[in-house]
Amino acid sequence: MLALKLAYRNLMGAKLRTWLNVFVLSLAFVVIIWHKGVLNGWDEQARRDTIEWEIGGGQYWQENYDPYDPFTLEDSHSPMSGLTESAVTDGKITPILISHGTIYPDGRIQNILIKGIDPEQKIIKLPSSYLKTDNQDEIPAMIGKRNAKNNKLKIGDYVTIRWRDANGTFDATEVKIVHIFKTNVPTLDVGVLWIPLQIHQEMMHLEGESTILVTDQNTGFDGSIVGWIFKDHYILLTEIREMIEMKSIGGYLFFIILMSLAMLAIFDTQVLSIFRRQKEIGTHIALGMTQRQVITLFTIEGAIHSVLAAVLAAIYGFPLLAYQASVGWSMPTGADDFGMTIAETIYPAYSIALVFGTTLIVLVTTTIVSYLPARRISKMKPTDAIRGKIQ
Amino acid sequence: MNNDVLITVSDLVKTFPMGKREFTALKNINLKFNAGEFTGVVGPSGSGKTTLLNIVGSLDVPTQGEAIVLGEPIGDLTLKKAANLRNKYLGFIFQTYNLLPVYTVYENVELPLLLLKMPAEKRKKAVLQSLEWVGLLDKITSRPPQLSGGECQRVSIARAMVKSPKIVLADEPTANLDAKNSHNILQTMEKLNRELGTTFIFATHDEKVIQYLRRKISLDDGQIVSDETIKGK
Repeated sequence: MLALKLAYRNLMGAKLRTWLNVFVLSLAFVVIIWHKGVLNGWDEQARRDTIEWEIGGGQYWQENYDPYDPFTLEDSHSPMSGLTESAVTDGKITPILISHGTIYPDGRIQNILIKGIDPEQKIIKLPSSYLKTDNQDEIPAMIGKRNAKNNKLKIGDYVTIRWRDANGTFDATEVKIVHIFKTNVPTLDVGVLWIPLQIHQEMMHLEGESTILVTDQNTGFDGSIVGWIFKDHYILLTEIREMIEMKSIGGYLFFIILMSLAMLAIFDTQVLSIFRRQKEIGTHIALGMTQRQVITLFTIEGAIHSVLAAVLAAIYGFPLLAYQASVGWSMPTGADDFGMTIAETIYPAYSIALVFGTTLIVLVTTTIVSYLPARRISKMKPTDAIRGKIQ
Repeated sequence: MNNDVLITVSDLVKTFPMGKREFTALKNINLKFNAGEFTGVVGPSGSGKTTLLNIVGSLDVPTQGEAIVLGEPIGDLTLKKAANLRNKYLGFIFQTYNLLPVYTVYENVELPLLLLKMPAEKRKKAVLQSLEWVGLLDKITSRPPQLSGGECQRVSIARAMVKSPKIVLADEPTANLDAKNSHNILQTMEKLNRELGTTFIFATHDEKVIQYLRRKISLDDGQIVSDETIKGK
């Protein structure tokens, strides 16, 4: 308690020197929390969007289906059982049929995945209702914004598609782009053409069959289906998790660099302090402190920097971060072209654990960095220290 | 004068390494200091005055022989016990004052009492009393850089006296002061010695200090040359 009092008194007495260090350290606090908050916000948004738009409460995959192996698609379809069909009727499941195809926008050839979805489904946010049609003469199709941009397609355009049906016969037709949707989930958009499920099944001669079954995240579907493998959120969100982990590693590097700068300032101050304040150290010893107590005093002085920095960071950081969390952080144009699930604006998400965790890490690191140079005091001869002799 | 022996120095030798050789700063010193003394250890630079004071002040240890201060053999004390001895019973006055520049006068004087964990009320009373002794009550909020050399040394005396130590060790206390301030300081210390019975031991070669001493121990080349009581003081 005494050391704390004296350390605080010393720091307050040092005025500008103290506040410069405190300010640098407080910047580290705010930037670290902000950066981590952005990653958390991105993670939350990417998970939420992927669940709402693509994976619902989990998916059943036809047992041959492997999204990373395009050659499996030919065999990745099965008819739905009675149980499954009743779940579809109850709105607990929606089937999607996936096949390979090519489109010819402006005479160019582009490989795409043709995905058939029930226009009536309400399980995922994909605006499939645009695929409802009474016109038997044309096939409605919708694509994502990125796809439309890449292929220079717009609503009302007709585009030729070519596919190979279940019997191995190639066929082609024209589809009409009835809607271009905007989503943060690029796997629904890039290289994907959505058409009504029933039409797709007829085109493929796979009536009543599908590749994946998306379950509703609220009502859900509980049970196993023979020939289908259930993939839960943990599996389906693996890519996002790994991407965020990768980003987090970058974040940790950023954290280490920032902390190193702040710690360098503290370390430098401590070394300089111990060098400049030898007389003071000797005087403390003459007045009745042991070397260990003086080391504690100097260590606490260093550590208090982080406490003051936390207070300062709270004063200007809380309003700043709260404002940022409300207005979000706009991503640069084209950030989603890299295939990452990313919104145009990310809203940082801060948690109490993040704030306290960061504070604890900074406090412990500052204490260690303050202690290291302070250890030199134990090697000082009090008689030399009193006279301020350079050691 | 009280004849209780506070310090006994017997066959004291202190050597320091100097490269591959050793330098002997004190050679077979035998001394006794009684309670209430106003004594000076005088001699030229390098004669061993400060080394003797450092050992008596438990800031250093003898190489041979022993120094017993208030019943404690300095050579055998742990760092903690030595710190405890200084904390409770010894006051120090330095040539360069050694005040903490970021503390106010009040805080500088209060520091030894904080280390003694004295209650706040008692502490405040003692600090004000001590500052009154040295005539600096009007400077309690000033910081050392705002004070003159004489004022700094008076703060240093107040800091040494605030805990009512049994012994005050003053190493060249007037070396940085002009004649007027030196006399002022010495009169203050003499007054405190007479009124409170505190033992003062000086290391000095300043003639102004020597005028005030009641006992003068002369050192030269680490040896006692003379030890005389000055009568009529």
